[in-house]
Amino acid sequence: MTETASEAANRRIVHLNGEVDLEHAPQIRKVLLGAVRQGGWVLVDMAEVTYIDSSGIACLIEALQEARKTGSDLALVAVNPQALRVLELARLDTVFAIFADLSRAVRTSA
Amino acid sequence: MTEAALSKPPGAESDRLLIELQIPAQVDRIKLLRPGTEAAGRMCGLTETAARDVVLALDEACQNIILHGYKGRPDGTIAVALSCFADGLLIELRDTAPRIDPKRIEHRALSDIRPGKLGSYFMKTIMDRIEYLPAPGGGNLLRMFKRKDGWS
Repeated sequence: MTETASEAANRRIVHLNGEVDLEHAPQIRKVLLGAVRQGGWVLVDMAEVTYIDSSGIACLIEALQEARKTGSDLALVAVNPQALRVLELARLDTVFAIFADLSRAVRTSA
Repeated sequence: MTEAALSKPPGAESDRLLIELQIPAQVDRIKLLRPGTEAAGRMCGLTETAARDVVLALDEACQNIILHGYKGRPDGTIAVALSCFADGLLIELRDTAPRIDPKRIEHRALSDIRPGKLGSYFMKTIMDRIEYLPAPGGGNLLRMFKRKDGWS
């Protein structure tokens, strides 16, 4: 798992890559919480995520809750079918804002 | 035939056995089980989605053993066996951790959106039957069965 952060049109973008699982959760949690604590929109690009488990989902939920607490916004972007399936199993697919791709996410988030 | 599969004594018959291996009870070893589990599910006749779901259920079960059974102690082991029956896939996980009380295994309500306690929910939702048993000689035996489409 690797994660990188970038900015586009004043949105912070966190790119997650590979396995978003228990092994990598501490690192992912730190990156996501750091991003949402800066305020504004945080877009989590999940296009390169190959696997996600309950620990990865917990990181996303915690980041969403922190975003709500701090007045920022968090959305998931380019969620592949496998990751979407896990969100659906947890009935979280309607809890998160989900955009099909980054350009749409940047255009829509304001 | 779920009942029949689960009523068998621990240790599958060799012609039904797809995978049998042991991993150290460490979080960075769980991923080694994922490709084989998905392939075994497909070989046994599960749909692609069901086979991937089973990977998640097995993953979460291993996490529970590591975090709650061994409590992070790195010298434990998890023995994994996947067996194919006419009606579905049987997964058996054995550990040597202190005996767990199945009644204490809980998951949160899905309406209670907060981090954590989702692993057991995934297991329960994905698998058709789950049994927590004492393992012969000590430890725990977790048996989970995933039924193929079309079997009831």
